[in-house]
Amino acid sequence: MTLLWPILVLAGTGFLAPLLSPRLRSAALFALVPAAVAGWFAWQMATLGKDETMTSSLPWFGMLGAGLDFWLDGFGGLMALLATGIGSLIAVYASGYMGGHPQMGRFLMLLFGFMAAMVGVVVADNLILLFVFWELTSITSYLLIGFNHEDKEARAKALQALLVTGAGGLAMLAGLLLLGGAADSWKLSELLGRGEQIGASPMYPVFTLLILAGAAAKSAQVPLHFWLPNAMAAPTPVSAYLHSATMVKAGVFLLARLSPVLDGTVLWHGTLGGVTLLTGAGLGIVQHDLKRILAYTTLAVLGTLTMLIGVGTELALESMVVFLVGHALYKAALFMVAGTIDHGTGTRDVRRLWGLRRIMPFTATAALLAAFSKAGFPPFFGFIGKEYVYKTGSAMEAAAPLLLGVAVVGNTMLFALALKAGFHPFWSKRQAGADPVAAHEGPPSLWAPPLALALAGLALGLFPGWAAETVVASAVCGIMQHPVEVSLALWHGLNLPLLLSGVTIAGGFFLYRQRRLLWRHHHTVEALRGPMHVYERGLAGLVDFAKAQTRALQSGTLSRYIFIILGSTTALLLWKFAHFREWPDLAWRGGVDWVPLALCIMVMAGAVVATTTSSRITILFALGVVGLGIAVIFLFYSAPDLAITQILVEALTIILLLMVVHHLAPIRHEQHSWGTASQALLSVVFGLCMGLLVRHAKELQLAASIAETLAAWSYPEAHGRNVVNVILVDFRALDTFGEIVVLAIAAIGVAALLQREPSVRKERT
Amino acid sequence: MNLVLALTIAVLFASGIYCLMRRCLMRLVVGLILLGQGANLLVFAAAGLTAGQPALVAEGASAPPPGAADPLPQALVLTAIVIGFGLTVFSLTLLNRARKASGTDDVDAFNRTDAV
Repeated sequence: MTLLWPILVLAGTGFLAPLLSPRLRSAALFALVPAAVAGWFAWQMATLGKDETMTSSLPWFGMLGAGLDFWLDGFGGLMALLATGIGSLIAVYASGYMGGHPQMGRFLMLLFGFMAAMVGVVVADNLILLFVFWELTSITSYLLIGFNHEDKEARAKALQALLVTGAGGLAMLAGLLLLGGAADSWKLSELLGRGEQIGASPMYPVFTLLILAGAAAKSAQVPLHFWLPNAMAAPTPVSAYLHSATMVKAGVFLLARLSPVLDGTVLWHGTLGGVTLLTGAGLGIVQHDLKRILAYTTLAVLGTLTMLIGVGTELALESMVVFLVGHALYKAALFMVAGTIDHGTGTRDVRRLWGLRRIMPFTATAALLAAFSKAGFPPFFGFIGKEYVYKTGSAMEAAAPLLLGVAVVGNTMLFALALKAGFHPFWSKRQAGADPVAAHEGPPSLWAPPLALALAGLALGLFPGWAAETVVASAVCGIMQHPVEVSLALWHGLNLPLLLSGVTIAGGFFLYRQRRLLWRHHHTVEALRGPMHVYERGLAGLVDFAKAQTRALQSGTLSRYIFIILGSTTALLLWKFAHFREWPDLAWRGGVDWVPLALCIMVMAGAVVATTTSSRITILFALGVVGLGIAVIFLFYSAPDLAITQILVEALTIILLLMVVHHLAPIRHEQHSWGTASQALLSVVFGLCMGLLVRHAKELQLAASIAETLAAWSYPEAHGRNVVNVILVDFRALDTFGEIVVLAIAAIGVAALLQREPSVRKERT
Repeated sequence: MNLVLALTIAVLFASGIYCLMRRCLMRLVVGLILLGQGANLLVFAAAGLTAGQPALVAEGASAPPPGAADPLPQALVLTAIVIGFGLTVFSLTLLNRARKASGTDDVDAFNRTDAV
């Protein structure tokens, strides 16, 4: 139960937010809740040893293997701490950014709902539970991206994110189910120790790829990356929180979590991550919208993380954790800075921004610190992260040059982008022809949260030993599932990583200087047709298909509907007959009973006449013949009660028809056409099928008949000599009661329809 | 003998369906009636036919004689006949009303309910 509380508290706050937020002076007060939860997580992690875990579970759908099982270890704890810690800063920031928004309550509800789901993802022990929280993050993300729901663009982008991550989620569900089956356990805590059993499963490649697909969709890996830059349609606090620091890390989290059992996938993860890194950085380098710059760098970072998980060595995972923490801190800060700039100047276009440092000094400080961490300057935490990536690469046995090459190229572009986003708007000089920027510094709620995050990045960098002991070591232990020693330092001596850092910084500066040239190529790059084009075509194709089949099936014509329904029924019946090759026995046995034969011919003739004639009186006469013929057939075959009822009903029906028929227009003769012919053919085939079924039914007795029991009880128990009557009024009296109710309802309906004649609007045609 | 009855059922179903697919209101009602008759006969015949031995308990006996007709399908069909009558009456009234409201008895012209 313990670990369920933080989730319940966050979700509960979310549900109360719409009620409370109009009554509170400032929505920033809501930040106290995630701050308290973050404190609780920090306390739990401090009391837990670095390779200890804490579990709690409650029964849920036990039969299906789904329990409310939670566990907390170093890695999950770190992620939960990031989600709630950054979450509380985001809540403060949102109170300033969206202050006075009429739907602040709805916003907070979604934000806290997401926070609860995200904490759920990282502390869930049960695979099914993990999936449930995973999808909850997708849904809340959808609602948050589309928060400005009156904006058509925002809705489309939200849907795109939902479809891509949702489809990935389904793939992941299939993968998780197979994984759980292969491991004979639904609990991560048990499953991670069964690497050999899982590796021996014949389905291993299948579920590995399915889980990879789910994680790739969530963490925006190429080719499923396009939704992330588009998700920038969300309000900035959302982008800062979901699409940089937390949700997009969920895929990386899952890959890291499962890395002890899904190892040996260097090629997959490495390629995926490397391609994503280069794509993200390459597409980002020409951007000039602050949020899109940041979104593309997020892609690049996510690619780096995936690549490191693929490498999978202890060093690689250490780098992954350092890089992840560093990124979460500086990227959330930069996003908030972007929002503050937007708030203060009304634009996010970097080309129009310059020299803001004088007007927005606090924001400028936060931006500078965060950008330097992102660029990888010492002594920021980002520097250690980058250094560790290079260290990992140079320690690899195979493919070291490849990984290092990719990392250097990617980081060089990231460096340039970091300066573009965090340095250029504040420190660059006015260009010829640029408008003067009318701006104002935001309130403290807009610059304090990013400043806090940026300072945290600096503090971790200045005290790397402390960071290694408190955060990184326990997280790496959690991932690797065995104790490891971690020591981080700023200075590693003169070695290859330091040299590569130098190359990165030099190259990055060069690219930054060329920024105006690169912006000119923005349109060329945006015009490239990528996977998003495939997505759009696919979506349009789906809609077209739906329209086409609706047009084909939903014609609005009764005869067409009946034709389609009966046509498919007939086809299925014929297929069944053919499949079992049980054509009923059509041989004529026994003598000829002349009476029923004559009656049957009478009924058939009546039916044919009623169908073909266009004289209304003849139709009534033919219907009478059919009804009375059937009544006599009942009588002949030992059913006197049926015969009596049938005669009565028949008489009433004919009388009724006689009353109505003269109101009806004369029957028009329909044109004979292919349509009529095919309808006639279908009718005949369907009729024959029903006839065959009757022949077949005699051979079918699924269970012992209860008729004998009913007959035996009829007189002794119910004191009735007519068994059929006794069944109706005694044994199955409730059925009869239901029947009476149906008739009563029909009578009420008829009465209501007859009550008030509608005014005829058109003349009879 | 069963064969003839099966053929009768086939004809009732075929003509009922064919009538249902016509555009004229009157035919629609005829189709419903024929289809109902066919279904009743189908249930009745499918349970097996017994000539001349209704399920009645004779004076002095406590059960129907052995070999008497199966009473259960008869009870079902009896219910069906009555319900079928209710259905016929209701649909006749409804269609008549619809005809008055729309001014036509062409079923295909009923697909524009907004115009009514």
